[in-house]
Amino acid sequence: MKILIPTPLRQYAAKKDAVDVAANTVGEALTSLTSQYSDLRRHLYTDDGKLRAFVNVYLNDEDIRYLQKENTPVRDGDTLSIVPSIAGGCRCPR
Amino acid sequence: MLTIRQSELEALRRHGEETYPHECCGVMLGRMEGTERVVETVSRAGNTRVDSPHNRYNIDPRELVRIQRESRGRGLDIVGFYHSHPDHPARWSQTDLAEAHWVGCSYVITSVEHGRAALTNSFALEGTGEEDKHFVDEGIRVLTAEAAD
Repeated sequence: MKILIPTPLRQYAAKKDAVDVAANTVGEALTSLTSQYSDLRRHLYTDDGKLRAFVNVYLNDEDIRYLQKENTPVRDGDTLSIVPSIAGGCRCPR
Repeated sequence: MLTIRQSELEALRRHGEETYPHECCGVMLGRMEGTERVVETVSRAGNTRVDSPHNRYNIDPRELVRIQRESRGRGLDIVGFYHSHPDHPARWSQTDLAEAHWVGCSYVITSVEHGRAALTNSFALEGTGEEDKHFVDEGIRVLTAEAAD
């Protein structure tokens, strides 16, 4: 399967925009990715090993949070997209 | 430095006028050239912050996934994002910084005053990660139709 790497994280993945991995689950795929490119780990995970809240992971067109999260099964031909969130606004939190 | 054609700059400014008094948002697609970003086209996105659209924006990640996949097919990268500040200066807010996670990309902000696009500024998100990320003022190089040909 293929993992699409967003622009800001490519510097930690040998400048690749996509990485092919062999995996049975989303978790295995991400582990394979961070094993190949260890600098990616701290950008994807918190210190206690959880995916950072602003890191969205989509299996094809579905958010893994609404599937089986990192236990979601994957197949050859699937595409995993890593997409940091985009938000903001002119109001500051009070 | 952000380089963008006049037509694309006008398109993102017009978007802010159309959604006034709500914030607009969108994605800039193009190429990274060293530390500079060259915009080929802009892609509008919907603002999902229906609870507070006049001073907050959020792009649905599903829409972002689609844009990222389609741009890749065209040989383009996501090089930045834009949004508007209705009746508010074209400066980044603490909310903008807290919610910015695309280090190395440009964040363009247009102030829209009484429904008319006023100043447009661009800020590069720099740093090595969440701990030290920060916005840096950057210039906008606008290519006229003749220069872009």
